[in-house]
Amino acid sequence: MATDPRRKTESGRGAASHSSPWKEQARSYLDHHRKIGRDSAQRLWRAPVASLMTWMVMGVALALPVALLLLLASLEGVSAGWESSARVTAYLDLDVPLEDAQALAKKIDADGRVAEVQLIDREQALEEFRASSGLEDALDYLGENPLPHTLLITPEERSRSAAGVEALVTFVKGMEGVERVQVDLGWLQRLNAMTDLLSRAVWALAILLAAAVILVIGNTVRLAIESRRDEILVAKLVGGTDAFVRRPFLYTGAWYGLGGGLVACLLLESALWWLSGPIERLAGLYRSDFSLMGLGMDGALTLIIVAMVLGWLGAWVAVKRHLDDIEPGEIAGG
Amino acid sequence: MIEFRQVTKRYDSDHTALAQVNFALNRGELAFLTGHSGAGKSTLLKLIMVMERPTAGEVIVGGQQLNSLPRRQIPYIRRHIGVVFQNHQLLFDRTVFDNVAMPLEVMGASPRDTGRRVRAALDKVGLLSKEKMNPIQLSGGEQQRVGIARAVVNKPPVLLADEPTGNLDPELSADIMNLFTQFSQVGVTVLIATHDIALVNEMQRRTLTLEHGRLVAGGAALVGQPPGGVSGH
Repeated sequence: MATDPRRKTESGRGAASHSSPWKEQARSYLDHHRKIGRDSAQRLWRAPVASLMTWMVMGVALALPVALLLLLASLEGVSAGWESSARVTAYLDLDVPLEDAQALAKKIDADGRVAEVQLIDREQALEEFRASSGLEDALDYLGENPLPHTLLITPEERSRSAAGVEALVTFVKGMEGVERVQVDLGWLQRLNAMTDLLSRAVWALAILLAAAVILVIGNTVRLAIESRRDEILVAKLVGGTDAFVRRPFLYTGAWYGLGGGLVACLLLESALWWLSGPIERLAGLYRSDFSLMGLGMDGALTLIIVAMVLGWLGAWVAVKRHLDDIEPGEIAGG
Repeated sequence: MIEFRQVTKRYDSDHTALAQVNFALNRGELAFLTGHSGAGKSTLLKLIMVMERPTAGEVIVGGQQLNSLPRRQIPYIRRHIGVVFQNHQLLFDRTVFDNVAMPLEVMGASPRDTGRRVRAALDKVGLLSKEKMNPIQLSGGEQQRVGIARAVVNKPPVLLADEPTGNLDPELSADIMNLFTQFSQVGVTVLIATHDIALVNEMQRRTLTLEHGRLVAGGAALVGQPPGGVSGH
């Protein structure tokens, strides 16, 4: 019957002031959250050096993996740009006549994975080569055209992945009269493999550093708990619930996260600014439009939110481990 | 309001702190709890506050059986028990007002309500003019009264006091006893642990005496008897 002791004693003693409507209860709950949030922020503010150091540690730990992730994303941008221009070049046997080459081109063109096939016959190829290489005399000396008919095959959009192109290469290789198939994707595949590997390594690093952040915040919050031991005891003695006792520390963790996230954003932006000049010059030398991606508004916001969640988690770990230890024990002398 | 039925509390090391204690305190009753050091006074208070659980027997506060009370319900029980500590347990990082407001804060009372009730409690103990001070600036007697104001600010039906007059001179002790009497007159059940025999004798109230964990005097009043109708000895 009397599962809620509050209600029972209230009705027993007629303390009407307890029974505020739920709206007022909700408001005072929110007020309390605001007060605790502000109070825990002020506490950090009052110890600026210690707080700043925690923020820096967190900022560095967060900025490192995020910087690597940004670099990876930039590299993937490069390979994506190249994949879209991927073309397969098939060199035919020297003794294949032009009609057979045209038939072959049609046959390949009919395949679903192929968007376009362009036939460059050997005469045309020789002309082009003559014009561009400056080896006219040498070619004349050869007497015979050393170049085969060539098919330039452009894959369909959806087959432009590394695997798709590879399948296409196998298909073309199997055709009669094809001597050699070349894709200049080797370096791209190596880059892809490398970015795959790197991305795994970066994620592993990110997870490790996130764990480190949680532990650092946990330890910092543990010290905060120790320094507010008396307050926790009194709060528990006067009937503060676990949630009530935990709340200021969870806010503390989240504020550490906010600071750490901001520091990380700042570090990333300044690193980007510092590196952007040399990178542009380097990319220019490679005739690439490669550029380092910045965080952007969304990225910065995500980073800060993730940092706050990590801080909150760290505080949660500390609170779980240490708040239960603080139980009011000694109240009487005998 | 408070009832102990055959309560035994044994600690790990074969040390029996309380043995088969029976008593009941009614609403509005004021009683003393005495006994030598180590007789089990603090264990008894801790059982009421659910800081400890009995090894055997039943502890009932406000009709609520505390033995089977889940851990998460403990705070709600404590909100109905005001406690006055010998060492005050005040926080020196905040004002007198904020100290007294703590029980209301944990209940989530609105600021308006809190202000009104804290001032009423401070007025009751005669410290209204000092609400903005830090408790560290107050004398021992004043600190004790701040502790009392905090214990009664949310009008709990039960008030426990642990050596409330321990470090105070007789005049201040009398003041504080006077306050406790007033609370009992408005229906609060008051239990005061003390070994100040002179005070106990002077007050002529029911006295529970513990000796080596056994209740040797003042026990087992029947539930339902009128308040104040039973006296010790």
